Amino acid sequence: MGFHRINLNINGELEQVDVSGNMTLLEMLRESLAFTGTKNGCAAGECGACTVMMNGEPVNSCLVLAVECDGAEIITVEGLAQDAQLDAVQSAIIDAGGVQCGFCTPGILISSRALIDRNPNPSEDEIKTALVGNLCRCTGYGRIVESVKEAAKL
Amino acid sequence: MVRGEIKTEIPKPVGESKPRIDAREKATGAAVFADDIQFGNALLFARILRSPHPHALIKSIDTSKAEALPGVKAVVTGDDFPGYIGLYLLDRHIFCRDRVRYVGDPVAGVAAINERIAEDALELIEVEYEVLEPVVDAEYGASPESTLIHPDLAGYKAANFILPQPGTNLSNYFKIRKGDADSAWEKCAAIVENKYHIPHIQHVPIEPHVAVAQVDEIGKVTLWGSSQSPFAQRNLIAQALGISQSDMRVIAPYVGGGFGSKAGVSMESLAVAIASKVKGRPVKLLLTREEEFFTAFVRQGLIAYFKMGCDEDGNLLAMENRFYWDAGAYTEYGVNITRASGYSSSGPYEVPNVKTDSYCVYTNHPVGGPMRGFGMPEMHAGLEQCIDELSLQIGMDPVEFRRLNCVKDNSILVTGSKMHPTGLSQCLEKTAEAIGWGQKDPPSAPNKRRGKGLALMWKAPAMPPNAGSSAWVELTEDGRVAVGVGGQDLGQGAFTVVAQMAAAGLGVPYEWVKVSTPVDTRYSPYEWQTVASRLTWSMGNAVVNAAKDARWQILEMTAEAWEEEPENLDILNGMVVSYISEREIPLKDIVIYGLPKPDDQGWIGGPVIGRGKFMPNYVTGLDPETGQGERAVVHYTTGAQAVELEVDLDTGQIEVIRGAAAFDVGRAINPDLVKAQIEGGFIQGMSSALFESLQLKDGFVQNPSFVDYRIATSSDIPEGIQSIIVEVPQDDGPWGARGVGEHSMVPTVPAIANAIYDAVGVRFDGPPFTAEKVYLAMLEAGIVK
Repeated sequence: MGFHRINLNINGELEQVDVSGNMTLLEMLRESLAFTGTKNGCAAGECGACTVMMNGEPVNSCLVLAVECDGAEIITVEGLAQDAQLDAVQSAIIDAGGVQCGFCTPGILISSRALIDRNPNPSEDEIKTALVGNLCRCTGYGRIVESVKEAAKL
Repeated sequence: MVRGEIKTEIPKPVGESKPRIDAREKATGAAVFADDIQFGNALLFARILRSPHPHALIKSIDTSKAEALPGVKAVVTGDDFPGYIGLYLLDRHIFCRDRVRYVGDPVAGVAAINERIAEDALELIEVEYEVLEPVVDAEYGASPESTLIHPDLAGYKAANFILPQPGTNLSNYFKIRKGDADSAWEKCAAIVENKYHIPHIQHVPIEPHVAVAQVDEIGKVTLWGSSQSPFAQRNLIAQALGISQSDMRVIAPYVGGGFGSKAGVSMESLAVAIASKVKGRPVKLLLTREEEFFTAFVRQGLIAYFKMGCDEDGNLLAMENRFYWDAGAYTEYGVNITRASGYSSSGPYEVPNVKTDSYCVYTNHPVGGPMRGFGMPEMHAGLEQCIDELSLQIGMDPVEFRRLNCVKDNSILVTGSKMHPTGLSQCLEKTAEAIGWGQKDPPSAPNKRRGKGLALMWKAPAMPPNAGSSAWVELTEDGRVAVGVGGQDLGQGAFTVVAQMAAAGLGVPYEWVKVSTPVDTRYSPYEWQTVASRLTWSMGNAVVNAAKDARWQILEMTAEAWEEEPENLDILNGMVVSYISEREIPLKDIVIYGLPKPDDQGWIGGPVIGRGKFMPNYVTGLDPETGQGERAVVHYTTGAQAVELEVDLDTGQIEVIRGAAAFDVGRAINPDLVKAQIEGGFIQGMSSALFESLQLKDGFVQNPSFVDYRIATSSDIPEGIQSIIVEVPQDDGPWGARGVGEHSMVPTVPAIANAIYDAVGVRFDGPPFTAEKVYLAMLEAGIVK
């Protein structure tokens, strides 16, 4: 299997990575670069735990090949806070009690940030729709939806 | 004064909704889960060859071609590991030896330098099977005609409260004979008799099972895993491999959802077994989501028969219950679900005459294990519908009927034990009020029907009578506090509650307390398992005892240095104070270096380390023929739940509009975390009511993905869930606390079923109440055309 050298921006830093043709963005993040905040829940695009932002859009990183990311801008959960200052979606989900086991949290935060970026004032239904691809088994979603509402106000 | 007794009755921060201790690291991606740990180039990857048959004999296995594949470091089979493993019943080998019993049963394991080579190696292993008839129905499996799945059952070791029936597929049989049910029926003015089928469902934690094992040159084992049970894994895996527990270390970082599926031992033993053949190198086994659905624990299926009757005033007179638990291929853990459902089989009601037969039946289905509620959601699903039907038949309002019959302080329970103080009646009243019981609101559209339903529940921690907890409390140079525990935070907030209890017990601010994680059996104190909603109560007691012990050490040394009595000193906000001399000194000045003697010649005290333990010592055995005994369980947490929903007449779709629930938690250490459990459990229960069923055909799982096995998403949730906390203190709980983690999903299915009946007058033999099923039932009943 041939390797490809790609250049991309992850959380504001330029990275150069050698990736195989069949490596996914999720594998590259977790295994080549140790950005382990992004989680692997199903590797099939069904649970949303691996959601990252790619050029401003939320994607299931398990369904994106690493080679497709040449020149891309990627934001993972590790890139949300700036200089220890939490992003509004992070502080809101903590305050709302929307974190339990925490495994879906990184993907939920990315989907929430992407929603607010494109729709600064989302309705409750729009929030629920934006999060429909992010499965959570602990919280029952209510506090997460509330937290996105609060984050949008900040 | 008792040693270390705290002067305030409810010291802060008990009862305060402190922020979760782990929230920030989980919201920044910093929290470490097992699969996040980096092992470098030494890491090998394991894959498992699994049975393609639900039931077959293994005639031969040839691994030679797989072993010859470059990059393969080890191939193992059942021949390498003769020991048995199991929690309550040792009925399982790590790898199958002579027989496979479900589709996915591990037959061989491979370790290779990458997953692809490991997968390729599996294809090169040749296994010859002799296919046997599978048992796929629990009732048939319990009959004398059935093929035997475990012909060696007679030789399996079992805990003394588990009663296997050799020569059958019954790995446990629990009976209740209270009063005389047979002769009570003629006194009944109304009788309801129903059969329910509760399908298998699965926990589906979003984090799949993962284990990394390393065995060093002299055979010492280290296991990193996503685990609710690091100590049980240490014990059971060591026993199965014939090594000392002291040579087995389990490190358990954060768990990405458990719900019981990561309790006891399951796939972890596979990783350890494989690693034992590649000394020195860590071996990782990460289940795929498909493997999760085929091979991780499932919640057992249940076929339940209920018969219950009451007199003309609505007093429950008799119950007769038969439970056939479809427990799957191995029941090492599941056998105790049969027992738990038996000793709770009256539901939360006082019934003078009860006859229950609860059977744990081996089938060639996936392995049934513990899942949130441990038999109670399955049992209550039918029981609480029968209660509704019976009350309507005798002409009473279902809430009134429950008010009359539900267990109260000193009620004689189904096992003959006496009920401790309980707030169940309060839970019922508050829930009924919150849902607006008795008021019928109009539906939101002409093609919809609206209904309300309510259900009660009870559940006791199901565990050995002597499951223990321990804890330590240390202080650092700056007076901050480290608490060691062996229980796990699965998301329920255990570590936050531990920190609150330690802060309250010691007399320091909450923010000063750190919990020493990850749990590591080498350094953390013993804890039986993180299951059964037992941590707040059991581990909580150990933590409080450890904090009081540390507190007493500090008070004694300070009193000696100050030439006062320790009873006159206190620790307030991190400061030792004297109520007599009004002297004070910060903890940081004394907890490592001690204090100078009063004459300044020499020193007193030294590093402080408090220790605490808790183990209930009062649970008695039950008579095997009658199920009667002095005290069957430690306590029951009770509660009520209600829903309001709409049924769409055009589609059959159910929309849960709102919910209300109240649970008697004894004392809410952290009310917001209690509410979070009530909400999360409601949605998980709702998901099981409306969507979930692990579809099994001839032993094969038909829907092993999130697309085909649907769970509730953000778009399915109701407008609101009102969570109500009731506090009738538990006599041996920390400040009265008892657990609530599982209870919140126990009454949801019957509450929804009762609401569907209220809305459209149809009932079902079991969940899920899918749109298709509801529509067809309405069609059959002539409600729609």
